[in-house]
Amino acid sequence: MPVWLDDFLWTYQNVVYALGVNGLLALSMYVVLSVGQLSLGQAAFMGLGAYSSALLTVKLHLPFAIVLPASTIAPLLFALAIGTPTLRLSGVYLAIATIGLGEVLRALYINIDFVGGALGISGIPERAGLVSIYGLLILALLGFWLVGRSAIGRAMEAMREDDVAAATMGVNVARYRLGALLTSAVLAGLAGALSAHISSFIGPNEYGFEPAVTILSYALLGGIGSPFAPVIGAWILTLLPEMLRGFADLRLVFNGVIIVLAVLYLPNGILPWAMRRRAA
Amino acid sequence: MLAQQLTNGVLLGSTYALFALGFTLMFGVLRVVNLTYGFYFTAGAFVALLLTRSYSLPIWAALPAAAVTVGAIAVVLDWLLLARLRRINAPELSSLMVTLGAVLALYAAMTAWLGPDIRRLPAEVLGGEAMIFGPLRITQAQILVLIATAAMVTALLALMRLTPIGLALRAMAENPDAAGLMGIDTGRLAALVSFICGALAGAGGVLIGLNFNAIQPYMGEAMMLRGFVVIIIGGLGDIRGALIAGVLLGIIEVLTAGYISSGLKEAVAFAILVAVLWTRPSGLFGRTQTRRA
Repeated sequence: MPVWLDDFLWTYQNVVYALGVNGLLALSMYVVLSVGQLSLGQAAFMGLGAYSSALLTVKLHLPFAIVLPASTIAPLLFALAIGTPTLRLSGVYLAIATIGLGEVLRALYINIDFVGGALGISGIPERAGLVSIYGLLILALLGFWLVGRSAIGRAMEAMREDDVAAATMGVNVARYRLGALLTSAVLAGLAGALSAHISSFIGPNEYGFEPAVTILSYALLGGIGSPFAPVIGAWILTLLPEMLRGFADLRLVFNGVIIVLAVLYLPNGILPWAMRRRAA
Repeated sequence: MLAQQLTNGVLLGSTYALFALGFTLMFGVLRVVNLTYGFYFTAGAFVALLLTRSYSLPIWAALPAAAVTVGAIAVVLDWLLLARLRRINAPELSSLMVTLGAVLALYAAMTAWLGPDIRRLPAEVLGGEAMIFGPLRITQAQILVLIATAAMVTALLALMRLTPIGLALRAMAENPDAAGLMGIDTGRLAALVSFICGALAGAGGVLIGLNFNAIQPYMGEAMMLRGFVVIIIGGLGDIRGALIAGVLLGIIEVLTAGYISSGLKEAVAFAILVAVLWTRPSGLFGRTQTRRA
């Protein structure tokens, strides 16, 4: 690694890592939005990944190569339990069922001594780094880009525009929706495991309502016309508070207002990717 | 012991029912999941706090004043956030997202302004000591909760069933476009529904603030989770279902806290939510057709 890059990373390590992790979270939101659904459980899925991976590392001393994939199991199970019944119903059910998940899990983390109670888990070794974080981010981006160009991508686009019409054309809407939600749970779980293994500490209060809404604001700021858009949205919203330190209190106000403005006035996000394919 | 806990459960549950009532009415008539609803709850509690602390109003005056104030706030928020989406017939999820962003901004702004500390209503507001009925002990705050909830529920049901406005509202719930063509001013009715729901939530906030005597900006958000469980169990848009489910949830929570662990209250509520979604997605009492995609 060249010296200048080493120096840069040493100074801005936290920000550089946060950009990668938040990029993954934005993608986990993107995949659900891109089938026309809304899950507000991203932060809860992230917390499940963070807690399960931290426990595997700290209590069982498993290597990171096993811990990282294992961190997706708990989020997957929760996504299955909530997604299977709700995704057959109208979109509000998934949103309503997931919005409280983060708070429910927080109450559980605080009350279970095995997972550290109110103190959380500390002393997690720093196992994640540039390669694992950005490797996964690039893989995910590449995957979404390829899927977006395939028949699956066209089906997803069709059901986002009009699910009834898509179903009539033979798209198995419920299966695609569940697939998208499970993918999103995997990505959020991985992001949680990575973040737990860069910060050495995780606490029960980090995965509640506020981060859930913040993750949505990443995707809505960027738009969902392309997988790159939500990642850039996440980067903007991660860097802005770093540059405007004085407004730390108002960061959440800002994220909330972004969502309002994006839905009301910029339904395609601020980035110039077209939502619909041009007619061939 | 059990009788006392059942009583507490019913009293707690009636505030849940009150909270869920406005929410489910809003969904039923306006077809929006309006998440700023949790903020109305907080706002009601804070208005009552201001009125009783700074202006020394008695609670029987502060409660309706808070309800009316929050009702007005709700009308303004509805106009700012949702009127436009209704006009362009935006999908349901747009209104959900817009109100979600707004409610985060409102909570965060309120926390930045007033701080995250828990505030309390002045001691004299709560009235003297508890009353004893045989083995039961009931505080005056709890009695006020029960009476206010019963009064508001009765008034709402009477409005919906017995008046021309209620008929118009039910027509609008059935089909807003057809209702508009029949000469119903749907814009004004939407404002009225927002006002009623805001007032119900504001009053609910005051009552919960009285019952637990802990008021802070995010209190409405903790309530939202309960509200959602109640609404799903009762069936989205079903007023009667929300009432029964609210009381049920209150009893279940009190019993969980009493016999298992108070830390599991939320988890039990959520497990019930998921179980109902798996088995009876249109609600336990669902006659209404589930809106399938």
